[in-house]
Amino acid sequence: MTNIERHTYDVVVIGAGGAGLRAAIEARLAGKKTAIISKSLFGKAHTVMAEGGAAAAMGNVNSKDNWQVHFRDTMRGGKFLNNFRMAELHAKEAPSRIWELETYGALFDRTKDGKISQRNFGGHEYPRLAHVGDRTGLELIRTLQQKIVSLQQEDFAEHGDYEARIRVFQECTITELFVEDGAVSGAFGYYRESGDFVLFESAAIVLATGGVGKSYKVTSNSWEYTGDGHALALRTGATLINMEFLQFHPTGMVWPPSVKGILVTESVRGDGGVLRNTEGKRFMFDYVPDVFRKQYAETEEEADRWYSDPDNNRRPPELLPRDEVARAINSEVKAGRGTKAGGVLLDIASRLPAEQIRKRLPSMYHQFKELADVDITAAPMEVGPTCHYVMGGIEVDADTTAAAVAGLFAAGEVSGGMHGSNRLGGNSLSDLLVFGKRAGEHAAAHAEKIGRRKPSAAAVEAAVDTALAPLARADAGENPYTLHHELQEIMGVLVGIIRRDGELRESITRLAELKERVKKVGVSGGRKYNPGWHLALDLRNMLVVSECTAKAALERTESRGGHTREDFPKMDPKWRKVNLVCSLDGEDVRLEHQPLPVMRPELQGLFEQTELAKYMTDEEL
Amino acid sequence: MGTKRHFRVWRGDDTGGSLEDFQVEVNEGEVVLDVIHRLQATQTPDLAVRWNCKAGKCGSCSMEINGKPRLGCMTRMSTFNETETVTVTPLRTFPVIRDLVTNVNFNYQKARELPAFAPPAGVAPGEYRMQQVDVERSQEFRKCIECFLCQNVCHVIRDHEENKHAFSGPRFFIRAAELDMHPLDARDDRKELAQAEQGLGYCNITKCCTEVCPEHIKITDNAIIPMKERVVDRRYDPVTWLGRKIFRRDQLDEQPVSASPKPAAAAADSGSNWHQEGPVPQEAPVGADGKLVVAELTLDRAAAGSPFGDDQVFPLPPEQLRYQHPSPPTGDGH
Amino acid sequence: MTTTPARLRSASGAGPRAAISEKTLRTDRWWLQPLLVFLGLGAFVVYGLVRAIMNKYYWASAEHYLAPFYSPCLTKSCVEGSSHFLGQPIPQLPSWLSPAMIILVLPGGFRLTCYYYRKAYYRSFWLSPPACAVPDGHKTYSGETRFPLIFQNIHRYFFYAAILVGSVLTYDAVLAWHGKDGGVGMGLGTLILAVNAVLIWAYTLGCHSCRNIIGGRLKHFSKHPVRYRAWGLVSKLNAKHQQFAWASLFSVIIADAYVMAVSAEWITDFRFFN
Repeated sequence: MTNIERHTYDVVVIGAGGAGLRAAIEARLAGKKTAIISKSLFGKAHTVMAEGGAAAAMGNVNSKDNWQVHFRDTMRGGKFLNNFRMAELHAKEAPSRIWELETYGALFDRTKDGKISQRNFGGHEYPRLAHVGDRTGLELIRTLQQKIVSLQQEDFAEHGDYEARIRVFQECTITELFVEDGAVSGAFGYYRESGDFVLFESAAIVLATGGVGKSYKVTSNSWEYTGDGHALALRTGATLINMEFLQFHPTGMVWPPSVKGILVTESVRGDGGVLRNTEGKRFMFDYVPDVFRKQYAETEEEADRWYSDPDNNRRPPELLPRDEVARAINSEVKAGRGTKAGGVLLDIASRLPAEQIRKRLPSMYHQFKELADVDITAAPMEVGPTCHYVMGGIEVDADTTAAAVAGLFAAGEVSGGMHGSNRLGGNSLSDLLVFGKRAGEHAAAHAEKIGRRKPSAAAVEAAVDTALAPLARADAGENPYTLHHELQEIMGVLVGIIRRDGELRESITRLAELKERVKKVGVSGGRKYNPGWHLALDLRNMLVVSECTAKAALERTESRGGHTREDFPKMDPKWRKVNLVCSLDGEDVRLEHQPLPVMRPELQGLFEQTELAKYMTDEEL
Repeated sequence: MGTKRHFRVWRGDDTGGSLEDFQVEVNEGEVVLDVIHRLQATQTPDLAVRWNCKAGKCGSCSMEINGKPRLGCMTRMSTFNETETVTVTPLRTFPVIRDLVTNVNFNYQKARELPAFAPPAGVAPGEYRMQQVDVERSQEFRKCIECFLCQNVCHVIRDHEENKHAFSGPRFFIRAAELDMHPLDARDDRKELAQAEQGLGYCNITKCCTEVCPEHIKITDNAIIPMKERVVDRRYDPVTWLGRKIFRRDQLDEQPVSASPKPAAAAADSGSNWHQEGPVPQEAPVGADGKLVVAELTLDRAAAGSPFGDDQVFPLPPEQLRYQHPSPPTGDGH
Repeated sequence: MTTTPARLRSASGAGPRAAISEKTLRTDRWWLQPLLVFLGLGAFVVYGLVRAIMNKYYWASAEHYLAPFYSPCLTKSCVEGSSHFLGQPIPQLPSWLSPAMIILVLPGGFRLTCYYYRKAYYRSFWLSPPACAVPDGHKTYSGETRFPLIFQNIHRYFFYAAILVGSVLTYDAVLAWHGKDGGVGMGLGTLILAVNAVLIWAYTLGCHSCRNIIGGRLKHFSKHPVRYRAWGLVSKLNAKHQQFAWASLFSVIIADAYVMAVSAEWITDFRFFN
């Protein structure tokens, strides 16, 4: 029998990003013994990448702002597919969560009268994003991290042990959750550092593992985003919703590799940047849809005049909505007119003098200069759609964040429903705080009710075997890096930003083949900090989540928010009433339709009838 | 497009290791971390390296490249000559785990030893008011991504392991400075703590921390030296002392020093009842053989016994105390 | 409120470091900078010693130039005319002790305890460390925690003295406008002394102590707008403290050497007018 370190906790929080830390703080404040499990070092989670800010209707800059307006914006952004109750709670509670951070020591940028400054952002009616320069995510995670340290100091003063009631398990990956008699009983994983196994006995588990971006070739997400939480939840019998909705940005860097996935802001195009294919053609003129024909320029000359004289000329087609631009890039690449790395050229260098570029786009210029030694004033950039955020996730109860399995809770990107089909910028950071707190609170209450539980020895042994299998096969098995690469290829090309029936079907077949090969994955080397082994274990999570995305994308025959079907380009009110729910049936993903909860009348009253008419069917109105 | 470059990467673990040579393809625009990843994918699948965001924002991929502490994701290959050998080693100051990964727990321990932000009493959430000019200094320090390169390069602990217990390192000097300059932090003893607990005096301001900081935080000029100067304000400066005497005000802080409030000596004298018999110290619990129980396993309670005796219940009845709380001063004070 | 936590356990007990045999793997010329600093500061010290012992050629009476190394000249042994408004409060010195030695203690101490010079000589003279990520080669290290280096904290006192020294040098620069035939005049020496005074001020006011006193110690800038502005100005100087440290070091040598040469009549002062 393998040696396993055992721990007993009231609440185990998996994931140490914003949501996880906030949940842990709440559980500890409720007096529960809490463990935080972090795949990377404490305080390095992907939350640090968030730049814009945290949306909360505090009304510091424009006093007309309030939760109703925020709620309205969120629902609009999500194309009314949001879980209305989550959007409501989020809008109502976000300000308190932000203010709370100040008592933990956060230092946001200030207004003249000393309040938290708020900035404008796409989709938000009023300036609403609390921010610290362009490093709001870092501020958030550092603040929560330091709050946890301060709680540990309190415990030290009381018990003589920093880790008496809250402990961080760094560089520790959970591979299995245990469910007995329909309720959670523990979690099993390994320390990345030593490869040693660790078992957490607990009746309440909060999943806060973030997103799934690593299944894509071009992504702004870090390696941690392998959909662990999604997959763990599925395997315990919980359900996922809205997995077809992924947020892509049309212009992410695809080359050089050091900046692959990093976003190129839209203002590059707004300031004169044009998209060209490898033949040098400014191709966007060929992709203006009929509905936009009147607003967009037809010749290059006219388009170029717009930058200096927008009143008398029509806009250049590079400034079409995101999905149109993405679709165009996609088509060019598929027609073989893209670069080797799978992108097109975004050229600003030949359009503006170098000095102008540096002045107007300083952060872009520095970002590329520092990270990749790419001088955007001298050469065009290679860009393509990059995967950014997954709207879908674990189906949870809006008030308690409880998943379908008793004792399982989820918050942050890993949970689904809050953002509907598309997320507004800034709503993810406030989402973390609002639902992180709720998850911690209700997990603590659940632990209080149930007490402690223990997984059975047989289940633990099975988990050990699964974890060790790739090492046993060693070099005889499939190379995990190759498999990962193929998975990214399938998802990037066939289940990317623009989807088609045939391609989605092909992806499902190929994912099924890949699933068989992943079962045979093998790695050499020992258990001690072996990245090959880690990847091998992550692969099956990525695969099952990818399958959910592919199947749900095939099923939803409409285009809405983060899901664009070329063969069904319109939004369909009938589909608005439906959530696609994924669950696991043996090894395969089962898909079911489920009606959306109906918005309460007083909330519906916040919208104009004409606006609702765009989204809802006649009988709903 | 790519060229073959010569890499030397330290491989090994806590039992020893050595620099291994690799010929690896390098493409235009790549950074060192990309090359390490290529090594992983093509030649050494189990090469251990810590990384995360790959955009210079999380501070995970700290390593030493050609002897200099750097972030792997922020070191471009174009900064080296085509023929130059690139040597990559783990951070030297911390214990190695495997290959390029080190155990940085030292830093997390030091973080715990520094008192956290103390919220001002009586200010509710949402009522915090701070001016931008007042938060800017602290904001600079909050840019820190905790890559611990400054901790690694600082010769106080890099070359003198024995100083680790007494020295917190640049990362936590900027944290102390951040809190000391925080407009609403309620503690006023951070300078004293920096000197007494964090080992501020060990720093000889040779500025290597500032040199390696990937966030370009002016660690030495804006945090360490101001903290040293603030200590001087309190302890050594004649003019400040004189000014305080003459104008009877302190521009430095709003309150006088009170690291650990001590009762005034006179009051303590008159208030104590030394004749009172104190509680008798309890004997340590002994095992069946009359000897001290050594192993925690066999003891009937977790951790060591209470120094006051395990059967002593707190709080003690007030009449048993030798100490009497001084009554609040009346009249003109002192 | 939290109490100061005691140390949990020895921080160093976690395991051995990576066994890398090379002391440093730096491939650049990391030794160049400490070497240059060593030579630069060494040259200054040698020059200063020579000049201090020389005990002559510090007053060019016709041009009214006083060498900065001998300003103010406070002893009874000063040559006639070289002492100004401060008089000669110090009695006749033994012949081996020059007036320069008395006064050089102040600017010398200021520079010796200056945060920039400390960095420079800790690196290049004491090799602690010679360069970043290069071992310092000392068996033990206690930094500035105890005698004698704890006395670096008296930088504040020297800063107050340096303000006096700066004022005197300014006065000297003004005196140097004295014409050869009475009235106002200007020579190359006047210019050099003036430039020197400006650089000395830039160095003195950009000092880290000054930055702290003028505003750095405040918790709320917003309540002290004037001091905040002053702090901003000093911060700008402070950012160039290293450059001013060197510039003023050279300017003081140049000024001193020039006055010496004029005074010893090795050269004649170039006069712009009178």
